[in-house]
Amino acid sequence: MNLTLKIWRQAGPKATGEMVTYPVSGISEDMSFLEMLDVLNEQLNARGEEPIAFDSDCREGICGMCGLMISGKAHGPEVTTTCQLHMRSFSDGDEITIEPWRADAFPVIKDLVVDRSSFDRIIQAGGFISANTGSAPEAHSVPVPKPKADRSFMAAACIGCGACVAACPNASGMLFLGAKITHLGELPQGQPERDARVVNMLTQHDDEGFGGCTNIGECSSACPKEIPLDVINQLNKDLRHALAHGE
Amino acid sequence: MTDLHSDTIAPEAPEAPATDSPEAPAPDTLVHGLYREGEPIVDTKAPRGPIAERWNTRKFEAALVNPANRRKLTVIIVGTGLAGGAAAATLGEAGYNVKSFCYQDSPRRAHSIAAQGGINAAKNYKEDGDSTFRLFYDTVKGGDYRSRESNVYRLAEVSANIIDQCVAQGVPFAREYGGLLDNRSFGGVQVSRTFYARGQTGQQLLIGAYQALERQVAAGTVEMFARHEMLEVVIVDGKARGIIARDLVTGEIETHLADAVVLASGGYGNVFFLSTNAMGSNVTATWRAHRKGAHFANPCYTQIHPTCIPVAGEHQSKLTLMSESLRNDGRIWVPKNAADCEKDPRQIPEEDRDYYLERIYPSFGNLVPRDIASRQAKNVCDEGRGVGPKVGDFRRGVYLDFTDALKRMSAEAVAEKYGNLLDMYQRITGENPYEVPMRIYPAVHYTMGGLWVDYDLQSTIPGLFVTGEANFSDHGANRLGASALMQGLADGYFVLPNTIRDYLAKGPFPKLEESHEAVVEARASVDARVQKLLSINGDRSVDSFHKELGNIMWEYCGMERSEEGLLKAIDLIRGLRDEFWRNVKVLGAADTLNQSLEKAGRVADFLELGELMCIDALHRRESCGGHFRAESQTEDGEALRHDDEYAYVAAWEWGGQDGAPTLHKEDLVYEFVEMKQRSYK
Repeated sequence: MNLTLKIWRQAGPKATGEMVTYPVSGISEDMSFLEMLDVLNEQLNARGEEPIAFDSDCREGICGMCGLMISGKAHGPEVTTTCQLHMRSFSDGDEITIEPWRADAFPVIKDLVVDRSSFDRIIQAGGFISANTGSAPEAHSVPVPKPKADRSFMAAACIGCGACVAACPNASGMLFLGAKITHLGELPQGQPERDARVVNMLTQHDDEGFGGCTNIGECSSACPKEIPLDVINQLNKDLRHALAHGE
Repeated sequence: MTDLHSDTIAPEAPEAPATDSPEAPAPDTLVHGLYREGEPIVDTKAPRGPIAERWNTRKFEAALVNPANRRKLTVIIVGTGLAGGAAAATLGEAGYNVKSFCYQDSPRRAHSIAAQGGINAAKNYKEDGDSTFRLFYDTVKGGDYRSRESNVYRLAEVSANIIDQCVAQGVPFAREYGGLLDNRSFGGVQVSRTFYARGQTGQQLLIGAYQALERQVAAGTVEMFARHEMLEVVIVDGKARGIIARDLVTGEIETHLADAVVLASGGYGNVFFLSTNAMGSNVTATWRAHRKGAHFANPCYTQIHPTCIPVAGEHQSKLTLMSESLRNDGRIWVPKNAADCEKDPRQIPEEDRDYYLERIYPSFGNLVPRDIASRQAKNVCDEGRGVGPKVGDFRRGVYLDFTDALKRMSAEAVAEKYGNLLDMYQRITGENPYEVPMRIYPAVHYTMGGLWVDYDLQSTIPGLFVTGEANFSDHGANRLGASALMQGLADGYFVLPNTIRDYLAKGPFPKLEESHEAVVEARASVDARVQKLLSINGDRSVDSFHKELGNIMWEYCGMERSEEGLLKAIDLIRGLRDEFWRNVKVLGAADTLNQSLEKAGRVADFLELGELMCIDALHRRESCGGHFRAESQTEDGEALRHDDEYAYVAAWEWGGQDGAPTLHKEDLVYEFVEMKQRSYK
């Protein structure tokens, strides 16, 4: 198939960016979206133009490194990661715009590459259970009811890609945050730090420049791991409890 | 360059037992014209005595570092997967200064995250006869008797602690209705000892280690350097004292000094270009250390996984694994007649199908070990009976058919068990596996070889430690399923933190300035290499070299290796490497994010590693585990080991840019497990 790509090019964090049009031809529908960009980059390299920078690593939908706004949708038209999107989701002659995640908390580094270290700092603020190596009790000493274990796992499936932030009109990181609150809060091991965790992580979230949640739900629709919106309810509920406990 | 084809091959090198050094070839006699043999390795520092006591003995004998002194010591850890992330968190908790490096944008992206199936541990929660000794035994046997007993026993011993630790961190393992942990069984064993979190076990374990790591970042014990790539190791007075790294965003070449360096940088499967590894997975950290004196052990031991989605065309950038659990219910077949290969598989009647694994191995059938399933898939495709699109001259695919399972179990039951895998297949291929048999083909998945380490996980360079897939590990010539996660976390949480203290107790080492001659030289060499890569400005892209190297490796150093093929591959790789340094085209600048430059450095190192892999494969004239030599097979075409000649670790010493590597043999002594030839018929 033949396509017209309009791609964001930006030389560096402080440079001014612009959309540049690239026609590509001979694209197979079996290619992944990123392999299509690989083909374009080989062509650019051959004619002496610097290839387009974009992030990707595992290319099997689990590491969370890739992520592009494709014709206005985070990760494109399917519910999956950009690396698992295939060209059979497009038609011959399509015009596709490709942009980086847009959010104050995710500044552009170059072309389609953004800085998501704000997510790491949110985790540093409390997204863990304090259990030094070697201090753990026998694994079966604390049973976890299966429904709680399953809900914890569901929330823990978050890959930290940032699509939720990119899709949100407020650039809120609350689906990401709520997923971690739910993952750890459902487990007995997560209880001792539960109140402090939600307060500290939310404070960091706000300090990073993410917006607040206004219950639009674009985040959950864009999430490649289908994290449900109710993790944000959980976040709010835990916050109320924490504040009531004087945290 | 040595002309490998002009002479007949030298007769077999005198395979002198390692202890018989007077009979070893003279120092300058090159075997096959390719390598020389050096002194054997006699001491791996493993304690003697009953095997169950050795790890305790070592932990007791290893010197301690007073908590007040720990904060005066700095440890650099390269890589943030299970082995690196867990070690960084644990050493940070202990109070050392840790500097942690990863090339990805966050430590949470490391490729451990992609492991699907599970993690083994000898908990015996199923009361099905499991024990530390049985896990040890299964792992030694699975490795085809090419691993060290002491190391493997320790791995089995700490496996149970790993599960405790991960549960305490909040890793959401699968549970039963009573709230206790669930287990499943995995290939090559008869007990249920695999803990799992659906098909995302690696992700959940890595997030556990990542969160522990970030907790230490917040505590100030770990300093994180994401988007940094180690490009050289700094060695002063014979000891590893730091690294030279490139900030991948600004391009700045940075010097980081420390009292010890740990490489946890993963495996080198991407030397094949196509593999199940991540795009950025590379050998650079370990290869740079190898060039500075760290021996590289068993580089030819690679694991080719049988159930991956086949190559669809020339554009392919990576291969995707589908858990081998699919072989429990799926049946593998190809048409009996090559003429049927283009047909819709549903139109091929039962009598015209060849369920070749069930035919050749009636007792194990579709559940033979990975190496055997992979090689037989290759054989039927080589016969022209492969299915799917032609890539080159052959169709490279076999059917994995769920038709019988769907009849037996119902579509809902199949979806419950395998839904996420079948969905992934459909997303990638566009075919519905509930209606059309899936197509699979083997792909490079894991490398058992890596930097040689002693029992303390220390390389041949003092102060340089290597953990996880980056070391030559505990897996011998073949790794069992669900054992990579076990080894990564064992090394990171429990082994390294206990052994590195014996080394660190000798420190702090003399303060080092960045102006030290050795530091300046290391940094200058990195600068020069970056400038060289950018200045060649030839005609070919980095990827084109990488793909060509991958094709050579896959063809001649893949599932089946022969003397003739390996000699040819070495010749081809030398030619390709020569062309790379004359004709590669790397655009962009040094002082910015430059992904072509990153790839170029990695491919340059793969071009050197590939040759050593072929030399190792050539010298090991036996078949064992993932290494199959065409010249060493039984009458039935099965792998044939030669324990009398090859029961050793092959540790290779760098021989210089244009020199030949030196082979050091470490004899493998089996005191507790009897060596046997595997049979699955």
